[in-house]
Amino acid sequence: MICINRINLLLCAFLQAAVATTALAGEAKSGYDYIKPASRAMQDDEFENPGMIAVERGQGLFNNVQDGADRACAECHGKDGAKLNTKNIARYPVYSEKAGEIVTLQKRISRCREGNSGSKPLPTDHPQLVDLEAFVRNRALGEPVNVRTDGQVAELLQRGEELYRTRYGLIDMACYQCHDVYPGQMIRGQKISQGQGNGFPAYRLDSGEITSLNQRIRQCLSLMRAEPFDADSEENKLLELYIMSRSNDLRIETPAVRY
Amino acid sequence: MKLHRILLLVLLAGLPLSVMAGGQGRLPDDYCRWEVVDYGIVEPLCGLAGDAQRGSKIASDGSRGNCLACHQLPIPDVEAYGTIGPPLAGIASRLSVPMIRLRVVDTRNINPMSIMPGFYRDPRLINRPGKKYRGRTFLTAQQVEDVIAYLATLK
Repeated sequence: MICINRINLLLCAFLQAAVATTALAGEAKSGYDYIKPASRAMQDDEFENPGMIAVERGQGLFNNVQDGADRACAECHGKDGAKLNTKNIARYPVYSEKAGEIVTLQKRISRCREGNSGSKPLPTDHPQLVDLEAFVRNRALGEPVNVRTDGQVAELLQRGEELYRTRYGLIDMACYQCHDVYPGQMIRGQKISQGQGNGFPAYRLDSGEITSLNQRIRQCLSLMRAEPFDADSEENKLLELYIMSRSNDLRIETPAVRY
Repeated sequence: MKLHRILLLVLLAGLPLSVMAGGQGRLPDDYCRWEVVDYGIVEPLCGLAGDAQRGSKIASDGSRGNCLACHQLPIPDVEAYGTIGPPLAGIASRLSVPMIRLRVVDTRNINPMSIMPGFYRDPRLINRPGKKYRGRTFLTAQQVEDVIAYLATLK
């Protein structure tokens, strides 16, 4: 029986390779198109949207000098981030040729704080950093996601896609199976979305928490009863980059309301 | 079976090392081996007898079989069904019990692209299992046989 399993593993690898070469058919659709009308209404109303609480916390962290820091983000970037370039925000994650690595928006914010305001560095997905990310992304609300896909990024996207098409955990599913093959179908009471990143950080109805895309990827792997990649792992960065590139041209909705 | 043996010889010759290395550790002592015969598994896992009533509960329990996540089942008072897999009402009229068993145990022997998890898949074939799931199967052999006994009643 093990041999028979091996045969099928080979077949499986072969077929998956064949599928991997065909591009995702159909247009990108925001998770907004898949949530229930009540959740859409909740997202659209700034006062009803629970994610706005995180955005406001982020706004406070942005405008005010933090403990142990010399100055606030707002000193360079304007009060409420008035001087932030929203088109630039929509480009994240970016590839830094100088550092030779993927720089997520969280990482960019954390380094900027550390280098220019003398704040202590915050680890990836620290609650304050997720709040700041939510605030900064919310500045670019409505801006189309515009992740670079050419040059050195092309090779990184290929690695991201490989990870996206790999099965994980006891439940043994790959991201693409739910989010490319079955969007629109029901998993119990929930509609499966395309797993787009344009609404993140998003407020999750399931957990009641503001959640970064990095955290959501880890939660998805845990749900598959898999060992998630570390928050700062190369794998998670590659997945975030690939997922955001799939969201190109979708408008930023942070903070989206999602299941 | 003959076709399987020929395929086996052809494919084993070029078996990539990565596939061989996919296994994690050794097979747990309580894992019962099973054999595919004519697109089914004839022998019940570990020689166990299933209980249809228990199987029905396992099938609808979100923390155990959770079949309802993807399939429609003729179980009353269920709020929502998944629509990923085919509805399972009448499944026993369409498939023999050995065929049902193979689909529950590890359906990728029939369809390598299937999204359906193998509920008694060889644990060594699982990629990055969570710490508490290492060396485990999705369901126990007894639970799988219970689910099969239940599905066999859906004529």
